[in-house]
Amino acid sequence: MSGGVDSAVAAARAVEAGHEVVGVHLALSRMPGTLRTGSRGCCTVEDSMDAQRAANIMGIPYYVWDFSERFKLDVVDDFIAEYAAGRTPNPCMRCNEKIKFAALLEKAMALGFDAVCTGHYASILTDADGNKELHRAAAWAKDQSYVLGVLTADQINHSMFPLGATPTKAEVRAEAAERGFSVANKPDSYDICFIPDGDTKGWLGERVAPVTGDILDREGNTLGQHDGAVAFTVGQRKGLSIGTPAADGKPRFVLEVRPITNTVVVGPKEALALKEIAGNFFTWAGLAPEHPEVEFACHVQIRAHADPVPAVAQVVSTSETDDSIELRIIPNEPLVGVAPGQTAVIYVGTRVLGQCTIDRTVSAVPVTSTDAPSPVSSASASPATVNA
Amino acid sequence: MVVYLDHAATTPMLPAAISAYAEAMGVVGNPASVHSQGQNAKRMLEESREIVSQSLACDPIEVVFTGSGTEAINLGIKGLYWARAPRRRILVPGGEHHATLDTVEWLAQHDGAVIEWIPLDEGGRIDLAALEAAIIRDPLDVALVSVIMANNEVGTIEPVAEIAALAAAHGIPVHVDAVAAYGYIPVDFRTLAAAGVSALSVSAHKVGGPVGIGALVLGRATTVEPLIHGGGQQRKVRSGTQDVAAAVSFAVAASAVTAQLTAPAGGGETARLRALRDRVIAGVALVAPTAVLNGDPARRLPGNAHFSFAGCEGDSLLFLLDAAGVSVSTGSACQAGVPEPSHVLRAMGRNELESRGALRITLGHTSTDADVDALLAALPAAHAQALAAGMADRVPGH
Repeated sequence: MSGGVDSAVAAARAVEAGHEVVGVHLALSRMPGTLRTGSRGCCTVEDSMDAQRAANIMGIPYYVWDFSERFKLDVVDDFIAEYAAGRTPNPCMRCNEKIKFAALLEKAMALGFDAVCTGHYASILTDADGNKELHRAAAWAKDQSYVLGVLTADQINHSMFPLGATPTKAEVRAEAAERGFSVANKPDSYDICFIPDGDTKGWLGERVAPVTGDILDREGNTLGQHDGAVAFTVGQRKGLSIGTPAADGKPRFVLEVRPITNTVVVGPKEALALKEIAGNFFTWAGLAPEHPEVEFACHVQIRAHADPVPAVAQVVSTSETDDSIELRIIPNEPLVGVAPGQTAVIYVGTRVLGQCTIDRTVSAVPVTSTDAPSPVSSASASPATVNA
Repeated sequence: MVVYLDHAATTPMLPAAISAYAEAMGVVGNPASVHSQGQNAKRMLEESREIVSQSLACDPIEVVFTGSGTEAINLGIKGLYWARAPRRRILVPGGEHHATLDTVEWLAQHDGAVIEWIPLDEGGRIDLAALEAAIIRDPLDVALVSVIMANNEVGTIEPVAEIAALAAAHGIPVHVDAVAAYGYIPVDFRTLAAAGVSALSVSAHKVGGPVGIGALVLGRATTVEPLIHGGGQQRKVRSGTQDVAAAVSFAVAASAVTAQLTAPAGGGETARLRALRDRVIAGVALVAPTAVLNGDPARRLPGNAHFSFAGCEGDSLLFLLDAAGVSVSTGSACQAGVPEPSHVLRAMGRNELESRGALRITLGHTSTDADVDALLAALPAAHAQALAAGMADRVPGH
């Protein structure tokens, strides 16, 4: 129970469904902030009290469990390291993967619980053979199945999402008010919970020392200097201090961040379009396809609120010498706004089939001088100094 | 049935203290008023002060009522520090209650105090040689020594008179935090004052009185700067209209303390609690042979049993025992309810893992053999499950 309205109503519905429910608030920071306005879901004193008040009203026990150590290592430090390696991670997904449905679930199961119940908007359905499947929520606008894409069959078997069938958030708020929860009108949380002021760039700047490097074009020509590759994200247009204009006079965008050489590659907007994405860290949400090595039709979604795009996917071997494999996704039309480190979730209909962390992309527009595609480096070493 | 084994956090109010409280709240009159109703309130207040002073073996004028034990400690420490300006050094053991720790740290951050932490041994006992060495290094600059009489977490009883004598040899005042000791072992201010103690803090709700009232016993010759200014009540040390009803209720609990502590040696409530506690210690040793009894095994509070359970979180044990209807404590939690590794155990040289497996079981005036039976019946299953849960929320290798 974060102290927000969704988890409070989810808990109340689980109680009413006849489950024996215990409210648990996750302490994710060793230094809980002071009283902040609005919910950010990250263990402020006020959030903890709000969660406890809701638990009081529904008459269930309430405890605070300290996962700050795991959270720092698995989510915060990972976030910094990923940025330092030139990738764009999603810390909420990492938290679901490592904390809420891993460390928390593990502890809960060991203490005699059967499942973790959260206020996520997603549905768990059962197929004809009794296998649990993860599906989109009834309300498209509130659907959070994307951030749950990392869940495995075992985790789904021990999860409950009582809000999945609720058509609107307004309905959840009305229900909370009816139940007398003080959080009925509490603002939604946005941003990243451990960056209180929402200034991600500034926060990262304090933790990853910037190192000056070159800005290159796709042919490898040096166009200018940057004062820290980490500050750039793929698709960014502003903040490129390049003296000479492009030959075609068109604006240039960040195409790649290469941490090993501390360089930033820029090019025309068209070059941002990708005809292929792939990742070697992939998971199946529930039953895996029977023949994942055979190309199959699906939809791919690359951000929490992006539209799904029709695609084909398959698991392919990436090495002739070992058994390395990756999940390769080829969209029917090029994808834009994809950065390495982002998660691609694949769906079949409303069902979440699985996900991969994108570590390789292929541009839809070949480099003019050479025809070779430009793979993004997936190495994790970085010249930037990590302070955290 | 809910079994309450967290008497060190707070103990049930005595029924007589509840009825006296309710009755006194119906009486109108400010004890500072001159008319007969004011005089009646004043009479009730001063009778209460006398009864409280008897339980502490001090003079009534030496009892300064406060709003809590924490306020009494703040008044004792800050009051002495400010009155002793420009002296800067405060000598204090590491395992004190947060009321002391946070107060001296505030003085260090905002008012130039220099804190010197006196080490504890593995049983939580203060290192007297280290204290003496610290005093001798620069006695003229020592503002005060503050020491807990019995540790609220691990129950170790400190040699307060010996500590006071070391300080008194250099004219240094000593404040004693007797909040956890009061009601469980004799707190004899007259004897302690003769050894060199200047001020001593207690709280009513730890002995069956109400929450919301405590007292600083302030030796006649001792001067402190007040924290609160106003009408000049209570020797001008603690201004504010005095809470007659709370004092009356406190007095009822205090008279029970006096009666218990004057019971024949080896008998009475102390012996009863000690026997229950020893049953807890023996029972835990059977269930969890690797559990370590923290604190001094002999010089400890009669109602305190504090353990480190190897390989499991105190947090998990608390939850599982709570689910089985037994209320115990892990020690300290922050304002958001986050369990924290015990700073007392850390001060005693334990590592963070041992501090996280801590569980405190404290007995009090309502505790019975049936309570201990219920604890020992619930413990085996809870312990086995907590062991299985292990350190799921910890990073391996940390």
